Amino acid sequence: MPATCLYFQVHQPWRLKKYRVFDVGSDHDYFSDNTDSDRNNLKILHKVAHKCYLPANKILLDLLNKHPEFCCSFSFSGVVLEQLETNLPEVLKSFVNLVKTKRVEILSETYYHSLSYLYSPDEFRSQIRLHDQKIKKLFGIIPKVFRNTELIYNDSLAQEVEKLGFKAILAEGADHILGWRSPNYLYSPPDSKIKLLLKNYRLSDDIAFRFSEKSWSDYPLTAPKFASWLNKINGAGDIVNLFMDYETFGEHQWADTGIFEFLKHLPGEILKHPDNSFVTPTLAAKIFPSRGELNIPNFISWADLERDLSAWTGNSMQQEALRHLYSLQSDILTTDNQQLITDWRRLQTSDHFYYMCTKWFADGDVHKYFNPNSSPYEAFISYMNVLQDLKLRVQQCNNVTM
Amino acid sequence: MRILMFGWELPPDYSGGLGVACNGLARALSKKLDLTFILPHRTPIISPSFKIIFANLDQLDLTVTPYSTFLNVSGNLIFGDLLKQVHQYAQAAKKIAGNIRFDIIHVHDWLTIPAGLAAKLVSGKPLVIHVHATEFDRSGGFSVNPVVYAIEKTGFEQADFLIAVSNYVKNVLISKYGIPEAKISVVHNAIDTSDHFSNASPVTFLSQARASGHKIVLYLGRLTLQKGVDYLLSAAKIVLGHFPKVFFVIVGSGDMENQIIRQAADIGISDRVLFPGFLKGEQRDQMFKSADLFVMPSVSEPFGLVPLESIVNGTPVLISKQSGVSEVLKHALKVDFWDTEEMANQILAVLNYPSLPSTLRDESSREVSQLTWSSAADKCINIYNQLLNIEH
Repeated sequence: MPATCLYFQVHQPWRLKKYRVFDVGSDHDYFSDNTDSDRNNLKILHKVAHKCYLPANKILLDLLNKHPEFCCSFSFSGVVLEQLETNLPEVLKSFVNLVKTKRVEILSETYYHSLSYLYSPDEFRSQIRLHDQKIKKLFGIIPKVFRNTELIYNDSLAQEVEKLGFKAILAEGADHILGWRSPNYLYSPPDSKIKLLLKNYRLSDDIAFRFSEKSWSDYPLTAPKFASWLNKINGAGDIVNLFMDYETFGEHQWADTGIFEFLKHLPGEILKHPDNSFVTPTLAAKIFPSRGELNIPNFISWADLERDLSAWTGNSMQQEALRHLYSLQSDILTTDNQQLITDWRRLQTSDHFYYMCTKWFADGDVHKYFNPNSSPYEAFISYMNVLQDLKLRVQQCNNVTM
Repeated sequence: MRILMFGWELPPDYSGGLGVACNGLARALSKKLDLTFILPHRTPIISPSFKIIFANLDQLDLTVTPYSTFLNVSGNLIFGDLLKQVHQYAQAAKKIAGNIRFDIIHVHDWLTIPAGLAAKLVSGKPLVIHVHATEFDRSGGFSVNPVVYAIEKTGFEQADFLIAVSNYVKNVLISKYGIPEAKISVVHNAIDTSDHFSNASPVTFLSQARASGHKIVLYLGRLTLQKGVDYLLSAAKIVLGHFPKVFFVIVGSGDMENQIIRQAADIGISDRVLFPGFLKGEQRDQMFKSADLFVMPSVSEPFGLVPLESIVNGTPVLISKQSGVSEVLKHALKVDFWDTEEMANQILAVLNYPSLPSTLRDESSREVSQLTWSSAADKCINIYNQLLNIEH
């Protein structure tokens, strides 16, 4: 019987306010929208906390108390943690309480949920360190397993992460890299020992995307039904990796879809079969062998149908914005000005580039749902204007110190 | 199925988008069914691909156009002449409808409404009125001409079905004319890419200006109140404060022309605003090809075809949210016409960040290639079929 490995991603970006060219040079407060729009970070944080984090945490805590065999894992971006720390400490505490059970693992990631690996390996390492420090401070532990922003992955990234001492890394179980192989085993990148855990995207997306889709042939999805699918894997895998955004529970799938009932009953249904079990990524890496090398020279991710980088780097606006952003790196770091460096890093969060994605924009799909801007063009304009201001600040700062 | 369609104008003799839209729709429909197009006057037509009958009315004054704001002055001589023609057209329509066989009458805007009603009276066939603009749009909501409004209201009430070119128009039909929603369908206008494919080269002066680092922002359309060109000039003033090397090119004529020229002088940007006057055909395409950005700042725009022409010519667009075309065009910059600061902000972004116009260009040309008259024609045919099913 395969073990079930649950990983939930918790992340909220620092969304930019609408920032006009006329604000350049005078307004340095980029993330402080306080209107009723979806650019208002505090408003979104409150909404998500009450629709998802608080009710879902309560269910998980009950489950951990009820089933000693149950365990799961989280990855928190540093930017969501700092928002919770400042604004909703009671929500942060409810996460800490989960971790205190010692059956909830926390994964490592880049503090700013960034694309830094693609543009600056130094910055990538710095952000992993910053994240480690944050997790140590808030939860008292140091992560051993890494997951990169949006499960962006390739062989050399895995090797880099291995050098940093991580025991395992997460990736998307994309069809085009797996071929005939199953995502339900562990693998290793070429010439490496680090273990690779692959998302079973069919089963994960049954929960994350299809749960409330009435046109789906398996609608409605119930915990017994889902458990029976897992049982069917019997003999054809060591592990089933169910990776998804934590906001699936209550935010992407609203409470009235029955998603919380599903979550409440799933572990019990899975554990009804005596051979079934739950594992955390670290435990999985310890007990399951690698079933072979998996060559993934090109980048993959968990986004869209393409499972590539096109959601963040696909059009020329995204490319111009990223090029501009990372070209500021050495000048920014030289200033040693903490506020400037923090602002620059907050601008690295992948969401900013996702908002500029023009793929599917006309169809009004999931990209639109997550976009606080009314178009990718508006997202780009505010972003680029902010970069102009940041650049001015850097110049002023470096001139003064020189 | 046989359609009897009454129009008022077709290219190249047209005063606005109405003729272009009628031509695109009629051509696409005639490929799918039997269409006869009636025009009031004998005018030169560019290679018609459908049957045209001219009603040959006395050509009293063709300089009066259906969109001229002169029409607001009810009872004046020019309006009287136009109204006379509209009624003569209805008389002619009676004769035409008595002589040829058809299943559906389809007419465009108020000038053809009496003709449509007359044809319906004679034949008993269902009447569809295609609404491209109402009197409220033409007058900008001020001084609505009561005679025109009465013709429209009677027509809309007596017609069997209404086609609106946008939700924007549909809402006017519901709120200002009291037409039940169930009687209206929206069929957005479209564009035939091949009509606008040209090898026109940019205007020499403008391409020289660009070569020396200048940017070109273009407006092309009538210079009337509803077009909001005055808002564009206010935005231009702001833009020039941040980015001096821009020329604003204002193409077109209309009753606000002098006011606009004066405004440019008053706010001190005359040397940056060019007024080449009214252009058509190849010269329009040349203008599009010379520009970095096309702006349509309309206060009220039932549809607005010009942005689509601009995109076909490879120039990205900024359009007001108060336009029908913004309902179908996603890959465009959008702004409230009155928010001149935001308009300037977006124009400046196009001028400053090269990947913005290039992404807009790529995405919008892909999008516009999907907006075909053929699919607009299919929507009309669905409406015809429903009407004929009710009949039988």
